[in-house]
Amino acid sequence: MVRVISNRALNPTVYRMEIESPRIAERAEAGQFVILRADERSERIPLTVAECHRERGTFDVIYQVVGASTMSLAEKKEGDCLSDAVGPLGNPTDLAGMRNVIVVGGGVGCAIALPVACALSEKGARVTSVIGFRSRDLIILQEDFERCSARLFLVTDDGSAGEKGNVCLPLSSLLESGEKFDAVITIGPLVMMKFVAQTTKPYGIKTIASMNPIMLDGTGMCGCCRVTVGGVMKFACVDGPDFDAHLIDFDEAILRSRTYTAFEAEARERHCNLFRKEAKS
Amino acid sequence: MTGRHPMPTLSPRERIQSFSEVATGYDEATAIAEAQRCLHCKNRPCVNGCPVNVDIPSFVSLAAEGNFNEAYRVIRETSSLPAVCGRVCPQERQCEMRCTRGVKGEPVAIGRLERFVADNCKESAGPVKAAPNGKRVAVVGSGPAGLACAGDLVKLGYEVVVFEALHVAGGVLVYGIPEFRLPKEIVRRETENLRSLGVKFELDCIVGKTMTADDLFREGFDAVFLGTGAGLPRFMGIPGENAKGVFSANEYLTRVNLMKAYEADSETPVYRGRHVAVVGGGNVAMDAARCAVRLGSETVTVVYRRSREELPARREEVEHAEEEGILFRFLTNPVEVLTESGTAVGLRCVEMTLEEPDASGRRRPVVKEGSEFDLDADVVIMALGTSPNPLVRTAAEGLRTGPHGEVFADETGRTNLPRVYAGGDSVTGSATVIMAMGAGKRAARSIDEDLRAERK
Repeated sequence: MVRVISNRALNPTVYRMEIESPRIAERAEAGQFVILRADERSERIPLTVAECHRERGTFDVIYQVVGASTMSLAEKKEGDCLSDAVGPLGNPTDLAGMRNVIVVGGGVGCAIALPVACALSEKGARVTSVIGFRSRDLIILQEDFERCSARLFLVTDDGSAGEKGNVCLPLSSLLESGEKFDAVITIGPLVMMKFVAQTTKPYGIKTIASMNPIMLDGTGMCGCCRVTVGGVMKFACVDGPDFDAHLIDFDEAILRSRTYTAFEAEARERHCNLFRKEAKS
Repeated sequence: MTGRHPMPTLSPRERIQSFSEVATGYDEATAIAEAQRCLHCKNRPCVNGCPVNVDIPSFVSLAAEGNFNEAYRVIRETSSLPAVCGRVCPQERQCEMRCTRGVKGEPVAIGRLERFVADNCKESAGPVKAAPNGKRVAVVGSGPAGLACAGDLVKLGYEVVVFEALHVAGGVLVYGIPEFRLPKEIVRRETENLRSLGVKFELDCIVGKTMTADDLFREGFDAVFLGTGAGLPRFMGIPGENAKGVFSANEYLTRVNLMKAYEADSETPVYRGRHVAVVGGGNVAMDAARCAVRLGSETVTVVYRRSREELPARREEVEHAEEEGILFRFLTNPVEVLTESGTAVGLRCVEMTLEEPDASGRRRPVVKEGSEFDLDADVVIMALGTSPNPLVRTAAEGLRTGPHGEVFADETGRTNLPRVYAGGDSVTGSATVIMAMGAGKRAARSIDEDLRAERK
């Protein structure tokens, strides 16, 4: 059992939770994840560590409510307990030799992009952040990105904040400007990362995508997080989660990510009905 | 001469509608009658057939007298998990294969008796425990190797902490072997027995990630045993293998067994295909196929590239699988998972023939020309074995591992590092529960020898 220090909504479906676990807080580095279980019946949910508070022995995760188990997470209040937290898992993002970097985050993926941007800026790298959201009311972490970035480009699909369009727009102009970047690191929806990879490819810039596939144990045992990279089968939990974005088979990853979509919708429905029943009684 | 007493089982019709245990166990009269079949041979061949050398003739003769508590105590002298072994050991290739009664008839049902004794021991007649010796041992992994190692060390007076990556103790006994073959209550009871002897369990803790062996030494542990088990599932490398609907047996079984996907209120789903194909012929393949039947699949087919004679699964599991309506396609090998918009719809296979035995004695399967055919399959489960857990490489700095990530440890469980020991599937690759237990026990002996030598 681990204690929830705080749990608050960042936008209508995205929450930030601080969890007590000195062991994880001491070890976790940017790019690594944990697996949480809200309750005895819950799924094992892999979530990237958004920030560590080593002095307090706590860490933060930022998550989107998708199915029944993330709904259970969202219901937790300060002082409640989670059934389990295990980690840190996966390999930290390799930041060696990166001095001028573009970090591209999309939607809730910005929660994973932020610790990478922060780690880079702490190492003295110049960080240019490009963050994209569907619309103004879904924006998260804008101020945090402002703090750790030399430049920040904000885009929304509907133009309700920042520039109208997707992340590839500012990305293309940056690449076109002739400025030399050591790498582009992208984290967000698979479709977005696929287009980021396509955008950077002609420029031959090293591009890293952080994959967040379906997982079960997170220790290399179940094989459900397999991703094809350069024609070779890789396991995101032990080989990743970061891979060379130019080599990832994104189309396959997109199909695989939809394996349980129908189940999620059903679980959500069931969970909500449960709520309704409770509210009535 | 009487034949051995059959194991009572649920009818196939009852079985496929639930995850209740299939074999229901002997009653007392049957157990005593079966135990009385033992000839008490002087040379005790059965004991040598047991990887942990249980004193079989002694426990069987105590059982024949109806003294089950004492019989249990005898088994516990050498085995930490009698109720588990009685259920999942391949006895027909171990103790029972060497039984003298088996030469001209049927061997004594040693496994069934072990199970009866373990299930019916009234008092928890625990083994004798030595006084604390002030030494601490960290056991990494709570599967059969770790539990056996922990059980032996705690009896010798060591303080033992078992570190487990998952949220439940038991390793493959909880995530791999299904409820209908090994009820999780039995595993819980066995780990409870170890707890009552003083073994501590730390769940949600991955040595190699959450901490390393060096951290454990700094925390005051005197030795570390790595029993991290099998890891990465193997795949075939055929087209379509990453389609939706294709699972490793590990994933499928973990969803069903550990996460209880078969229970109505489980939040972890599992695909319930109409037509399920399971590739492989071991116990894991049988387990996956039998889970699929219970989850309501219309047809379940085991696809195995050799013939029935070569099936590595326990005989009883194959028999049960057939009774439950599972189809077997022997001498068949998949070449492609057929897909429609990224989802599995079938399995393209070829027929095989077996060559004459090679130097290793195995008959190599070769493809029969022009034998291609398609099976309907919206779920394909790959049960092809595993390579050792990849995280074990990062558990201890300087630990020597092989090309597949297997830990180099000798017969005694010693690795290239002082105070670091290893055993079970992390050393050998996929094997059996009892082989892993044997390795755990041998490592416990080595740890005891080495730490004793230090004290002198």
